[in-house]
Amino acid sequence: MTTTTPLSTAPPLPDLEQRVSLADTLSQTFTLAWRATVKMRRNLEVMFDVTIQPLIFTAMFAYIFGGAISGDVSSYLPLIIPGLIGQTVLTACVATGVQLRTDLDSGVFDRFKVLPIARIAPLAGPMVADMLRYFIAACLTFGVGILIGYRPGGGFVGVAGSIMLAVVAGWSLAWIFTFFGLVGRNAQGVQGISLLVMFPLTFLSNAFVPTETMPRPLEAFANVNPVSLVITALRDLANHGEVTGAVGWALVGCAVVVAIFAPLSVRRFKKL
Amino acid sequence: MNTPHPSAPAVRAEGLVKTFGEHRAVDGVDLEVHRGEVFGVLGPNGAGKTTMLSMLATLIPIDGGDAQVFGHDVRREPHLVRQLLGVTGQFASVDENLTATENLWLFARLQGLGRAEARSRGAHLLEQFDLTEAASKPISAFSGGMRRRLDLAASLITRPPLIFLDEPTTGLDPRTRGQMWTTIRELVLEGSTVLLTTQYLDEADQLADRIAVIDHGLKVAEGTADELKSSVGRSTLQLQLADAADLPAAAELAEQLLGEAPVLSPESRRVNIPLQRTDQSIDVLVALRDRGVSIESVTVQKPSLDEVFLALTGHDTGGPDSTDDPGDATGTDASPSDQPTQMEVSR
Repeated sequence: MTTTTPLSTAPPLPDLEQRVSLADTLSQTFTLAWRATVKMRRNLEVMFDVTIQPLIFTAMFAYIFGGAISGDVSSYLPLIIPGLIGQTVLTACVATGVQLRTDLDSGVFDRFKVLPIARIAPLAGPMVADMLRYFIAACLTFGVGILIGYRPGGGFVGVAGSIMLAVVAGWSLAWIFTFFGLVGRNAQGVQGISLLVMFPLTFLSNAFVPTETMPRPLEAFANVNPVSLVITALRDLANHGEVTGAVGWALVGCAVVVAIFAPLSVRRFKKL
Repeated sequence: MNTPHPSAPAVRAEGLVKTFGEHRAVDGVDLEVHRGEVFGVLGPNGAGKTTMLSMLATLIPIDGGDAQVFGHDVRREPHLVRQLLGVTGQFASVDENLTATENLWLFARLQGLGRAEARSRGAHLLEQFDLTEAASKPISAFSGGMRRRLDLAASLITRPPLIFLDEPTTGLDPRTRGQMWTTIRELVLEGSTVLLTTQYLDEADQLADRIAVIDHGLKVAEGTADELKSSVGRSTLQLQLADAADLPAAAELAEQLLGEAPVLSPESRRVNIPLQRTDQSIDVLVALRDRGVSIESVTVQKPSLDEVFLALTGHDTGGPDSTDDPGDATGTDASPSDQPTQMEVSR
């Protein structure tokens, strides 16, 4: 084609924004969260870890450890149910990172990267959508607990409060696994590192046993483990319906995790 | 502040470098794309075309050199550059989990269009790209051509002044390729600047005002399609005769007329006659008829991409892993894979 260059018809350049505003960042995050929920709806198998797992684990842990730790199953339930919520939500967080890795390898993520959107939005969007998964996990765990005889002392309000806290905590702790999702080379690698991190975080906490029974160094870690802080707060809310200092500490713990891992993740994402 | 250089070219790159370990994928390329033109980057697989485009699109870091888009530095002002760009290609595709409508809605919303505006812009683009019927089908049910059209539609939502097309028709059948070309020409009429990469000389020829030829990360030539082709060589008149006995006579006649001996392939009754100008083919054909030489088929062949490459780089286009040394290039036969045939007559 040898037509002359139609310089004069070139439209003027658009006005440019120097940076993405906070309002736009939020709107982009929620748009990407919408995309993630559509994906979830079309791939329902991603829901297994927040549906089947709570059903099986709750009954299993209660009946296996109940007698040994608390003398009988029903007095173990107030301890184990909030603990299991912490554990299930953490497992769901691992999936958040693994799915991010899979998503990163698809062409659409490259399009997100060349769009003039906030760098945090493609990371935070799916995480917002995953709050739905944490919500389902928490509700089901409570449901199974109540079926096998758990009677939360905090009543409906206490349970609702602890579900909300579990969802917020899930979103915060998921930043750890989002970071691993960005560092790992492939989904299997991400799964591997994430499980290595998830198990100590879960078992070196007060999720299943009182921390006083652990050796001192482990107890020291377990007491500052954000997962322990969250689980203590979940117990206070569900069993006593009280917004105690533990709830404050849980939120502080979550905030610290976000403050460390969100900037690390965004920095890493920019370099990918 | 927004447009520091009102007359800055759409793209200017100086000494662009990208290394992957030891391998210099892009090795010091200079590029200048004027506003409103279609600029073609031509090269074989693995030449560094996509890598170069990815750097200019802010997708991967620039390892060396400088690049500006409408005067904005790609490295320092990526957010401004992204607002001026629409990118379509091997990278930057659409979301396979969403329908066509959902994809366009997603990208429109992400780029700040309101809900109603996003919906109407999406519907308009689907209609423009003839995808309305497939609007709510899963992308996995799309043909290659539909998929490319949707990719392109998704990058045009904000009517960006500069569009990158990375191998827009690779893998498409000829009819779909033609439709894609029409679409690209329409974009240019609207005033967009287009930077496209391609493996096909034909495509660069059809679309691009100017072409840069890239090989092993280096720019080996730049110019209009005609300039490139004339720098490379001439057309060839390929004749297949009805009777092999006529071959010597035909060869002698051609040499008398054009002053150069043609190449003969007696086993297939073929004569390949190099031409200075395509017009000369007529002189040869008329002379042959006067002499009573019967011809079975006639083809005038322009230099193929392989020949352009051979001439410019000293080796053939090869595959992505072609690390053959230049002296190895013995395959001078025109490959039939590209079809730069200008005229084909059969008796």
